[in-house]
Parts: sequence; C-alpha cells; structure tokens
Amino acid sequence: MDIAIGLLQFLINALSLGGLYALMALGLALVYSILRLVNFAYGELVMVGGYALLVVGQATGIPWLIVAGVAVLLAVAASLLLERIAFRPVRHAHSNTMLITSFAVSTLLQNAALLLISPRTKAVRIPSFFTENVSVGELLIAKSNIVALVVSFAMLGILTLFLRRTILGSALRAAADDFVMTRLMGVRANLVIATAFAISGLLAGVVSLFWVGRTGSVVPAIGLMPLLVAFVALVIGGVGSLTGAVVGGYLLGFLTVALNSVLPQGMLEFRQAFVFAIVILVLLIRPQGLISLRQRAERF
Amino acid sequence: MKSDRLRVLTHRYSTLAVLLVPLLLIVLAADLFGQLVLQRIVIILFINLMMVLALQIFMGNSGVVSFGHIAFMGIGAYASALFSMTPAAKAAALRSLYPILADVYVPFIPALLIGGAIAAVIAAVIGFPMARLSGPAAVIATFALLVITHTVLLNWSEVTNGPRVLFGVEGYTTLWITALAGLLTVILAYWFKETSLGLMLRATREDEHAAASIGVNVVIGRWIAFILSAFVTGVAGGLWAHFIIIFSPVSFYLTQTFLIVMMLIVGGIKSVSGAVVGTLLMTGIFEGLRAIENGVNMSNLLPGTLTGFTEVLLAIAMILLLIRRPAGVMAGREFRLPTRWWNRPESKPVEAETTGQ
Repeated sequence: MDIAIGLLQFLINALSLGGLYALMALGLALVYSILRLVNFAYGELVMVGGYALLVVGQATGIPWLIVAGVAVLLAVAASLLLERIAFRPVRHAHSNTMLITSFAVSTLLQNAALLLISPRTKAVRIPSFFTENVSVGELLIAKSNIVALVVSFAMLGILTLFLRRTILGSALRAAADDFVMTRLMGVRANLVIATAFAISGLLAGVVSLFWVGRTGSVVPAIGLMPLLVAFVALVIGGVGSLTGAVVGGYLLGFLTVALNSVLPQGMLEFRQAFVFAIVILVLLIRPQGLISLRQRAERF
Repeated sequence: MKSDRLRVLTHRYSTLAVLLVPLLLIVLAADLFGQLVLQRIVIILFINLMMVLALQIFMGNSGVVSFGHIAFMGIGAYASALFSMTPAAKAAALRSLYPILADVYVPFIPALLIGGAIAAVIAAVIGFPMARLSGPAAVIATFALLVITHTVLLNWSEVTNGPRVLFGVEGYTTLWITALAGLLTVILAYWFKETSLGLMLRATREDEHAAASIGVNVVIGRWIAFILSAFVTGVAGGLWAHFIIIFSPVSFYLTQTFLIVMMLIVGGIKSVSGAVVGTLLMTGIFEGLRAIENGVNMSNLLPGTLTGFTEVLLAIAMILLLIRRPAGVMAGREFRLPTRWWNRPESKPVEAETTGQ
C-alpha cells in the first residue's frame, strides 16, 4: 500500500512538472521548427508574464484570474512585438545572425527589468491554492500540482486540435515541415510566423503563472530556468519535432522528480549539471533525439 | 617569381603590423601618461582582446557559434588562482581544500599557463565529440557546457569557495604582462587563420559538405581550433583573476558571455582585424557607459539606481547593428597596407593570390 501511494504521488508530481516542461518546450519548438531559430529570448517572455503578475497584481481589488489573463496577454503581445521589431528584419540573414539577435534581445529585456523595476527579488501576490494541499486518504497532493496537470493537458489538447483541425494550424504544421514549399502553396509567411510567436508567447505566459506561483516571487533572471528546461526537452525529443518536444518535456519532468528522490543530498546541487551532461550525450549519440519519430533531413 | 612570393607574404602579414602598432601605442601611452584608472581600463581592454580573439579563432574560422567559452575563462581563473595562492592564503580562504592542493604553490606565469592548460585539456576531452555538431545543436551543447561549468563552480565549495567570493588571490597582473599576452594572441590568431588548417577550417565554414568532399577533416580542424581558443581563454581568465583579485562564479556567466560575443560580432567574426576593432570599440563604449552608470548611482541624482543601463544600451545597439550590418564593422576584411608601397612599377599585380578573402 505504501509503495502504491508513493508511486501515485510520484506520478502526479512528475506529470504536473512534466506538463509544465512540455508547455515550455513546445513554445520554443514551435518557433524553432518554422524559423530554425533557437530563441534565447523565450525565457524573457516568462519574465514578462511574471512582472505583469507583479505590477497588475499590486492594484488591489482585481481578481487574480483577471490578473493572470492580463499577464498571459502581455506575454503574447511581447512575443509578437519582438518578432516584428527584432526578428523579422534579420529573418533572411544567416541563421547565426538571428540566433545572436535573440541573445541580444534576451539581455536587453533582462537588463531592462533590472533598470526599470528592480534587481531584487519581488514578492508577487498569488492565490492561496498555490500553497495549499489536499489529502485523499493517505495521499497528500499540492493543489497547484493538480491545476498544473489539468491546465497543461488542456493546453496541449487545445493546441493539438488547433494544429490538426484548423487551416491556420495545418499551415503551421506544413511550414514546420517545409517552410519554402508552404510559401509556394500561397501561405503568407508573416502570418504563419506571427502565429507561431503568438502561441509561443501564450505558452510562456501560462508557464509564467505556475513558475511564479512556485516561489511566489519574480526576479529579472526568472526566465533562465524555463529556457534551459525547454532546451533540454527540445534536444531529448529531437530538435524540430513538436511531438518530440512535448514528450521530451514529460520525460524531463519524470527525470527531475526521479533524480530528486534518488540522488543523495550532497549531489542534489549538481542536478542541473547532470541533466545538461545528459543533453550533451544525447546530442552526440542521437542528434536526432532519443525518441525521434522519423528521420528528418537537414533543411535551410 | 621569388620576389613576387615575398611581396604576397609581406602584403598578407602587413595586417599584423597595422594591428600591432596601434595596440602597442595604446600600451605605451597608458604606461607613460596614463593614470591608474586608465591603466586599469587598458588592462581590461587587453584581457577582453584575448578572449574575443580566442572566440574568433574558433567561431570565426569554423562558423560554429559557441556560447560556452566563458566556461574556460572561469576554469582558467580558478585553476590559476589555486596554483598561485600561497598555502597560508589557501588555508584561510578554502578551509576544506583537498590536502594535495593545499601546499601547491607556483609562480604567476606558470600558474597562468597551468590554468590555460587545464582549460585546454577539458576542451580537448569534451570538444572532440562536440566537434561533429554544428548549427543549433552546437549552440545548445556549448550553452550546456556553460551551464554545467557554472553549476560546478557554484557548488564545488572545496575548490571554489562555492557561490561566495574567493579572496586571497594576489594582484600579479601588470599592464605589460597583459599587453604582451594580448599582442601574442593577435599574432597567434592571425597565424592560425593563415595556416593550412585555418584555411581548411574556413572552407568548412563556407560549406561543410563541399569542404569534406575535397578531403578536409571537419572534426579535427574544429577540435584543434576549440582547444587553442580554450587555452587562450583560460590564460585570459587567469590574468583577469589576478587583476580583479576578488571574484565569484557569477562573473563567468551570461553577462560576460554576452559582452565577449558582442565585441566579436560588432567587429565581424570572420577576421582578426574585426575582433580587434570590435574589442577596442566596445570596451571603450562599455567603460564609458559604465562610468556614467556608476557616477549616477553614487551621486544619488535619481531615486533608484541605473543597474542594467549599460547592458540595455549595448543590447539595443547590437540589435540595430545586426539588422543593418550583420557581418560587423569589418565585414570579414583584414586591414592591409596598400600593395603599391612595396610593389615596383614593372612587376605584375599579384591579385590572384591576394584577393583570396
């Protein structure tokens, strides 16, 4: 019975963390699959969401759900704005140029937060359910984990429907497969790319709610961890594959929760180093991803 | 024909003269007329120059983007400090240091070289398999290297004093040692670019598959460039450590990575002249902005502080530059003295060989 409880506990923790990781990875993978851009500024979208929670949340009397909605919308707006101002002008340059642009954008946003808001950690008002637990029999579960689990499933479900059942979704998948060909079929490049960035911002915004909720605070560097997580999941799942990114996110969630309970206390600090060592290994041994569904040719 | 060949060589290596003479003049001026503040800026300039050139050796020739080189700066800094610190200083700063390392004590220059060598060995071990990667995979892998190194530096308290500052490092770094190392690095970077290996590597940058098809070994070329650049970055890290004296792992992370990458991109990654120009330009602007930022912060003119002001302006400038002139200021060209300076009128122009850019 104890083993069953422990296992269930592990499963719920892993599924909720994995769900968040999957959302992070999908946001990065979507833009990557179309533009071949590893967007270093992706983590800063999470930061935008976090600071929106802080600033809008300070105005008392607004229900948290509305604050959260505004935060997600601002993350979407930021993503679209970055695409228009920074990435579109360098879209046709060498892929390295776009990459370094995203690195510069990331530095710009992080330091803008340092300059305009505060270098210090700021406490954010979060609803009480983020810190409460529910017990079902002997099982003790954090409410935020259940919400994260449900929300991530729902988001993935809606996105799947969007990608499979709508014309724009099909265009997006086609562009991810072969962007040049898709454009030749009459799909507008700007529309597809803007949609990808919008969804990327949406995912980052949703992630920011839970990421800020975990600690109840926000700092300028808050986006680094989600970015790293997305990188890892992307690599595990095979760079460029959307399904792979989601599966990679869940795998990483399981791995993290497992390492947390398996590694001795002294080694726990090195967990990040372990995870990234695994990334380099995967890149070397199976550059197409651990779970790559099919072989993908290199494209330009 | 022999004199033609000589002329080509003189022409080609005139770049070094154009680069080294102004740099030497800067050092001389700083030494003769400069106050301490200016001398410190020149030291930082030359340390930056070494790291930018090191990055140019790898990134410029191979075309593979690396966001991980600052890891080698950190390794070089901590490794050289461990060897140059007196046993007494180590006993005070690192209480749980391994006994083997506690009594090791070598002079400054050997300690610098050991720091560089350790960085090079680590680069050799991880670089060989990683040399197969290019494009986004290489970016993520080198970034992972940076994160791993940072995590280890942050948590390996026995050797690095953890996230806390390491104190007790002696300020051995002088203007002339740094200048000498920087000038040697200019020569090294230019020499490497002009070797046959450097040429092969540049061929893989333009078209990896075409270069491989004519027998260029892509992996070996990248590997050697990676080791070389890790060594130089490690030595630069050691110089930096013995200049700043008190530092912690935070110094070897994203901010520093951004600065060094930016300097190289601004100048143009494909040429040594670009690396030098980028470093001179951006170090000047950076130090100027930083002085304004610190001045405002200290004078309490504003209600808050200006933390991040320098980086914000630099990042905006860089994005504009990437949009307007993605190849950088030099756009891959090297400075050269005009050929007619040593071309006698009767000799044929030697264009065929000199326009190989």
